[in-house]
Amino acid sequence: MKGRKLLIENAHIPGITTFDVYQKNGGYRALDKALKSMSPNDVVEEVKKSGLRGRGGAGFPTGMKWSFLAKPEGVPRYLVCNADESEPGTFKDRYLMEHIPHLLIEGMILSSYALGANLSFIYIRGEFMWILEILEKAIAEAYSKGYLGKNIKGSGYDLDLRVVPGGGAYICGEETALIESLEGKRGNPRIKPPFPAVKGLWGCPTVVNNVESIAAVVPIVNEGGDAYAAIGIGRSTGTKLISACGNVARPGVYEIDLGVSVEEFIYGDDYCRGMANGKKLKACVPGGSSVPILPHYLVTKTATGEDRLMTYESLADGGFATGSMLGSGGFIVFDEDQCIVRNTWNFARFYAHESCGQCSPCREGTSWMEKVLYRLEHGNGNIRDIDLLAEINKKIEGNTICPLGDAAAWPVAAAINHFREEFEWHVTNREEAVSRNYGLSKEPVTA
Amino acid sequence: MKTHIDISKRKGERKEFSEASLVRIKELMSNVPEGKHKTAVIHVLHMAQSELGGWISVETMDYVAELLNITPIEVYEVATFYTMFHLDPTGKYVLEVCRTGPCMLVGSDKIIDYIEKKLAIKVGETTSDGLFTLKTVECLGACGYGPMLQCQYKNYEFLTTEKVDDLLNAMSNGILETYQS
Ligand SMILES: Cc1cc2nc3c(=O)[nH]c(=O)nc-3n(C[C@H](O)[C@H](O)[C@H](O)COP(=O)(O)O)c2cc1C
Ligand code: SF4
Ligand code: FES
Repeated sequence: MKGRKLLIENAHIPGITTFDVYQKNGGYRALDKALKSMSPNDVVEEVKKSGLRGRGGAGFPTGMKWSFLAKPEGVPRYLVCNADESEPGTFKDRYLMEHIPHLLIEGMILSSYALGANLSFIYIRGEFMWILEILEKAIAEAYSKGYLGKNIKGSGYDLDLRVVPGGGAYICGEETALIESLEGKRGNPRIKPPFPAVKGLWGCPTVVNNVESIAAVVPIVNEGGDAYAAIGIGRSTGTKLISACGNVARPGVYEIDLGVSVEEFIYGDDYCRGMANGKKLKACVPGGSSVPILPHYLVTKTATGEDRLMTYESLADGGFATGSMLGSGGFIVFDEDQCIVRNTWNFARFYAHESCGQCSPCREGTSWMEKVLYRLEHGNGNIRDIDLLAEINKKIEGNTICPLGDAAAWPVAAAINHFREEFEWHVTNREEAVSRNYGLSKEPVTA
Repeated sequence: MKTHIDISKRKGERKEFSEASLVRIKELMSNVPEGKHKTAVIHVLHMAQSELGGWISVETMDYVAELLNITPIEVYEVATFYTMFHLDPTGKYVLEVCRTGPCMLVGSDKIIDYIEKKLAIKVGETTSDGLFTLKTVECLGACGYGPMLQCQYKNYEFLTTEKVDDLLNAMSNGILETYQS
């Protein structure tokens, strides 16, 4: 199945949002197969074989996550789909749910069957209210066709599926904050352990998975875990939805085989078709706002001069010094006219705004970073501010309940690491810095 | 993160849901295991905002608490945490323009400036005719389709100043309906 889209191949077929058209195009085949000929454990095994890694950002192997789910007698277990999609740069789950909602529904039923859940939830950000309606329609159809409810297709397996909206809070994408929110509370992340796999929704064992991870279970069951694992390179198996935005000629959602080169992805005809308006590439944040920014000379090549590939490993090559992360697949491209200081400030403001406020290093640190970056960007900064930022960073990193603190700190550290000259220029050329942008950064001369 | 919000200063009149909405709320409450119906609170607050005047007053929060059979504080703490809930009266159309990085890269600043000038209000304010409130929000998951704004749960994407003109005209002339009611 190499080179073929596994998730959104059929997304353009007219009427595919309806049950009938989806089924006519091969939909619910995986579920029929699993209910007829596979035990829940067989499904888990196929997912393990596929090498599928969580598509929500962390890249943790899905099959392994599933096998950690506690199964105490007489206690319900829950599957919760994370459709919060709020990482800046990321808009892929929305595409999938809007265009081919039954794929997610089928994936939810399959995955719930594998985990032995009888009530599952899709938690969707409140700003996607129209998609909530699309999903509810698809779910109602699945009920009426006997794919949800009691004794699904005579298999003896029961499942109810609900969609629950959030109310506008990035932090509710973090799985324990999501669970709190799903319980009808403020989205304050919980201290781990216990992990959701042991104590999650209403204190019961819970798996939280991203929309794309759950949708991927459908082709994995259809074609087999081995066939899925044959796509990609090394531990980056299968296909991945990448949402490209910023200054590319053709922003949008692309399903790629993991392993395509970054060069091909940015400049290739099948993908972004190069930079918008013939500008030069200045920088790229390849995996959503929480991952380190790369300067132009490290985007298509690694520090050792190899081609950079769209895989978990290659994008991270060089660690945080010269690499980044695949993250959620939110691929943000900057052209030569963009100001790195302004963008770093903008993201810092985002994290300060979205911090839930329960840990002081995150609550105070993110606001401080925002203030310091604001003054640098607006020509009121000081050279010491640049080191001050690095110091605040260190105070946040690793000292918070959830990873939002780190997610706020790392991108600032990376921006200073790669673009220090541009930060300094904002201090030494105050007036110029408010009236024009710095332009491309110079490649460091290596010995 | 929001700091202290004094809800005692936010009095509104008590309004009630339609029969259809009350049925829907019952359904949302019965969708979850016995005793876990608090799950519905965010959804019901969305319905309240759409149906009961475009914002959430303390009276509305108390009403939601009654309907869901939970304590008022359980509604207050939720309504004040989530940014989609407006705790002050708003204009008929709330324009929420995304201000986050990816949208900024493609010109959201210009769109915000343009709307401010055109409506002669600043971000956070409402026009004197009560028609428009302008807000900025963080990333709405439309980053490749920016600049964008959301108004009453509907997205307007790939914005240009011309598109903003058309949109505001349509709204001023009552051609565009709000989400509900
Ligand atoms: C601050 C923060 C925000 C997150 N936002 C999202 C999100 O919007 N969508 C998502 O799927 N995962 C998000 N995650 C990751 C989830 O916590 C979780 O790891 C993921 O949903 C697991 O699913 P997966 O294993 O299928 O990737 C976020 C994590 C953090 C720390
Ligand atoms: S790190 Fe920030 S967002 Fe996460 S729990 Fe602490 S204060 Fe809240
Ligand atoms: S940055 Fe504006 S929608 Fe994501």
